[in-house]
Amino acid sequence: MISHPRFYWGETGNVLTPTLFKLPIPSSRNLVPTGYGYVLPDANGWSRYLHFQTAWVLVLTGLLYAISGLFTGHFRKDLLPGKADLSWRAFSTTIGGHLRFRRPSEGEAWSYNVLQRVSYLFVVFVLFPLVIWTGLAMSPAFVSAVPATVNLLGGQQSARTLHFFVSLALVLFLLVHVGMVWLAGFRSRMRAMITGRAGTSYSGSGRPMPSKPLERT
Amino acid sequence: MSKISRRKLITTGLATAGGVLGLTAVAGIAEKYGLIPPDHGGIYGLGETLTYASQRLLTRHSLAREFSRSQISKPPFANEMAPPSDAFKRLQAGKFADWRLDINGMVARPASFSLDQLKSYPSHSQITMIQCEEGWSYIAEWNGVRLSHVLDLVGVLPQARYVVYYSIEPDWWESIDMADALHPQTFLTYGMNGDELPVGNGGPLRLRVARQLGYKSVKFITHMTVTDDLKEFGKGLGSASPEGGYAWYAGI
Repeated sequence: MISHPRFYWGETGNVLTPTLFKLPIPSSRNLVPTGYGYVLPDANGWSRYLHFQTAWVLVLTGLLYAISGLFTGHFRKDLLPGKADLSWRAFSTTIGGHLRFRRPSEGEAWSYNVLQRVSYLFVVFVLFPLVIWTGLAMSPAFVSAVPATVNLLGGQQSARTLHFFVSLALVLFLLVHVGMVWLAGFRSRMRAMITGRAGTSYSGSGRPMPSKPLERT
Repeated sequence: MSKISRRKLITTGLATAGGVLGLTAVAGIAEKYGLIPPDHGGIYGLGETLTYASQRLLTRHSLAREFSRSQISKPPFANEMAPPSDAFKRLQAGKFADWRLDINGMVARPASFSLDQLKSYPSHSQITMIQCEEGWSYIAEWNGVRLSHVLDLVGVLPQARYVVYYSIEPDWWESIDMADALHPQTFLTYGMNGDELPVGNGGPLRLRVARQLGYKSVKFITHMTVTDDLKEFGKGLGSASPEGGYAWYAGI
């Protein structure tokens, strides 16, 4: 991205073709006309190695997560919103509560609210698959075996542009997510995430809570 | 927090030991079938190996996407280049009449080819995309002779596993495995878009590796060596790219 902060739509794009948009940042290559009189240090080598290695971590842990989530019923039980939650009224209540920074009641804190459920489902089943798909669509070797990967997206440069926006959405989710974890009590939430169970109240008051989440009603 | 039970500890231990044994066996098989890239060492080696191995299994015979004439990028794009060396300029002054491609190593009949000789062999064309690791790309029609044809002429020995190829420009060399070397879209390219291959795009002779990033399609090829082991070349990482921090296998 920094070596070529220009984005295109379709199959091809280079400094001789019109862009969809440009990022107003200096580039790490002097080939690209950016309007800046200098180039950034080139970090493409190691960052590409790191990128593709972490892509494998994402794909492998993602598969493990998806399979175990299906088998344990995690998606069905914890992520699929209940019927009652799917009304505009329920949505607006939750959103309103968020906007007023209302703390959830103890019962609510044990289960994901409808906004959480919808955004987690979106991240797990839309954004992550899309980021992997658009990534594979840029691989010249992979698309030689599975050309539909890139053809369905309208071309290799389209895939690159989509990949950029999907990763941006994931970064945005991460920032909001970590922000909310912070607000909900960083230590207790981290403990809950890592061990899969919560030993103390979300508010961090030290008051013991039941060792199992309350059933959703 | 609950205590970790003894049973859990033993199962986890056994699973870990089994995993390590399994991985060792897998690594052995992968090496035997040529699924380990030469830059498999270091902290990013595992990711590189997974990419190379899985793509070798998936893409051994697959063809790079070809495009229609109307999709050819206009105007043709030429990447910026360092000023050519004196050796290049001398040959350029003679209109490349003395350009040679030497092939040696694990071949039955080492040989040196002139451009006219290469052009006398069956000519093929492909309209394929060249993608740079920086992010830009263009489509062109490439004309040339299949590398597999020329390798047949010199008689590659059965134990050969890689082809190492060198530009006339210093420190510019790459290598590919036999799957890519014998691939029908791997060309010794001398023409582009119906004309001579421009110097800016690698003329007079460029090795076109259609299923990998542009940096594997080295410009100004003068020399090739066929080998079964890349350790003796450069720093032993396979090509100049990993020495400069870039992956040897660029199919991504």
